[in-house]
Amino acid sequence: MSETHAQTVPFVRDTMLPPADPPVREAGAVRWLRENLFSGPLNTILTLLGGLIVWFLVSHFWDWFAHSVWNANSLAECRQIIAETWGEGARGACWAVIRERWNQYVYGFYPVELYWRPTMTFGLLFVALAPVLFSESVWIRRVVLVITTVLTLWLMVALGAPAAWLVFAAVVLVGAILISERHPAWLLVFSILYPLLGVWLLWGGSAWGPIMVLVGPVLGWIAWRLLGRVSSLIATIVALIVPLVWWIVFAGDAARDAESLVSLAIPAVDSDRFGGFLLSITIGVAGIAMSLPLGIVLALARRSDMFLVKTLAVIFIEFIRGVPLIALLFVASLLLNYFLPPGTTFDIILRVIIMVTLFSAAYMAEVIRGGLAALPRGQYEAADALGLDYWKAQRLIVLPQALKISIPGIVSTFIGMFKDTTLVTFVGLYDPLKSMSDAVRASTSWKGIYWEPYIFVGFIFFLICFCMSRYSMYLERRLHRDHR
Amino acid sequence: MSEDITRKIDRSHMQVSDEVAIDIRNMNKWYGNFHVLRDIDLTVHRGERIVIAGPSGSGKSTLIRCINRLEEHQSGHIVVDGIELTNDIKNIDKVRSEVGMVFQHFNLFPHLTVLENCTLAPIWVRKVPRKQAEATAMKFLEKVKIPEQAGKYPGQLSGGQQQRVAIARSLCMQPKIMLFDEPTSALDPEMIKEVLDTMIELAEEGMTMLCVTHEMGFAQAVANRVIFMDQGQIVEQNEPREFFNNPKSERTKLFLSQILGH
Repeated sequence: MSETHAQTVPFVRDTMLPPADPPVREAGAVRWLRENLFSGPLNTILTLLGGLIVWFLVSHFWDWFAHSVWNANSLAECRQIIAETWGEGARGACWAVIRERWNQYVYGFYPVELYWRPTMTFGLLFVALAPVLFSESVWIRRVVLVITTVLTLWLMVALGAPAAWLVFAAVVLVGAILISERHPAWLLVFSILYPLLGVWLLWGGSAWGPIMVLVGPVLGWIAWRLLGRVSSLIATIVALIVPLVWWIVFAGDAARDAESLVSLAIPAVDSDRFGGFLLSITIGVAGIAMSLPLGIVLALARRSDMFLVKTLAVIFIEFIRGVPLIALLFVASLLLNYFLPPGTTFDIILRVIIMVTLFSAAYMAEVIRGGLAALPRGQYEAADALGLDYWKAQRLIVLPQALKISIPGIVSTFIGMFKDTTLVTFVGLYDPLKSMSDAVRASTSWKGIYWEPYIFVGFIFFLICFCMSRYSMYLERRLHRDHR
Repeated sequence: MSEDITRKIDRSHMQVSDEVAIDIRNMNKWYGNFHVLRDIDLTVHRGERIVIAGPSGSGKSTLIRCINRLEEHQSGHIVVDGIELTNDIKNIDKVRSEVGMVFQHFNLFPHLTVLENCTLAPIWVRKVPRKQAEATAMKFLEKVKIPEQAGKYPGQLSGGQQQRVAIARSLCMQPKIMLFDEPTSALDPEMIKEVLDTMIELAEEGMTMLCVTHEMGFAQAVANRVIFMDQGQIVEQNEPREFFNNPKSERTKLFLSQILGH
């Protein structure tokens, strides 16, 4: 080709001219401003009006933020410092309350010498979440786990954790980093064990309790394997009953006996010592982790062909959705004790977690049902035509697609639920927003301080919810595969 | 009419055996009060290539969807490969794993790659080891001439390619019978040929096939029997040459003049 061209074409350009810069008004900030803010008379007026409102708001609050005081022992001292520095009548924020009482906002009334325990639990939460949330990217896992390891160990040292526990945490965290590089699926074992470890670390007491809880599913699994050869239906039923019987009848005594033989106890902390973000995050994480699977089951049940299953699901969802969460929390704190056999003590936080879970599961079910309804019928037919049974079709074909469609709704429900954890204040638990701020104000030195605690707590809630929202966007991008 | 089918067809393996693959006796189906299928009697022998034609709404799709129980019949008997279709879910799943189906709208799984689409059912239904399932899947993807697309998602392929993946996906289950429900109706004209070629190859290998299609060229070239349905009944069935040249019922004549007339 080049030979023919050499004879026929007198000139062939071999270097390209460098591109000329576009005119200034067509590029960069100037163009953006023209297009977005000043594209016409109306747009210009609206821009100026908007700017005016922003200016009004900022100028109103600016003094207050600019005159922040971080070092003071009481509100009176704060006011004195502000008056001395910026003159009589000046307004200023007194963040000193956060500086002095941050530990109550974070840990509630948890014993100070045991602060390292919730801290460690929170750190390990990320180890449990990493293989679930970031299953596809070894890079993100690496970053998350390394940051978690450094922060957790540093905080544990700073909070005076015993050496043995530091070593334990370090082994788990560093081990997780190494395993995540090659075999991220192995970390799921830790994710499954984490709830029991977390409960033990937070509430303390004997480790035999959680261990005996764990024995239940193991017994169920053994029963399932043994009876599987006889009949899969009987095996499934027995596998569900065996753990329940074990937990209700035997687990308590077994734990007590084991504890008296070999003591595995750490100092116990009662539920009434929980408060602040420790309480919110405990309820929130437990509620989120349990409401998603329950929501999926309810959504499938509501779409089932079986009349009884469907009716029960509809009744449950409509009842729970039709009742305010506070009403359910009152049921949890007051009424439940009437229905339970006398003498059963049922932890208040556990009761609240159950109610919050049921509440958000009902919403979750409707969100997921929307996703299920959005799937074309052809997907169900193709799965059927290939011979997949109901559960396999749901698990492999239907749910992956339906859940992907429902991600925004699911995360909205999570965010709503997490914020609703502040409502536990109505059943006497110390939520960070209301009860904890009241508790802080109850001391003479911080009497009358309102804005600062609310802004601080609101900011932390925003931060956590914003992270959830960003994660959902990341997940949607990652799962965007159908190129429609 | 048969401009799509240009190549010579190798008939050496197209043999109809005496063995019965599908036996439908006196089958009726209603949608509510609407009588969709009336007294259907149909026996399909192993190796037969049957084309089912008829105007829209005549029940032809419903008929083949009854064969793998995507639709339930209300009276009569359907026996597929020796298994009678009843409410027994185990039997239904067994029949479905032996009978492949190709849909008008492909119905590929958009969240899985082409290869995963093909290996899913063998791995989860037939319990084939993953490696082996992938090898089989690649073999069938080569057969439908798109092995290079194995790593892509269905949304990245053209309609014709998607339909060929759908055929490969069915073949990966090593079915004894293949059902085609208007496999080319949703395709652009230039893509119809590639799908028909794949179906012809399948016929040449002796697959038992039931096709609902308007591709009369395909029927003439490949089918050993053409069934004409109208208003839920089998009006006429014959071998293709007789069917097209010498239709017996008025209804068939009218249909053929409409579909072949231009």
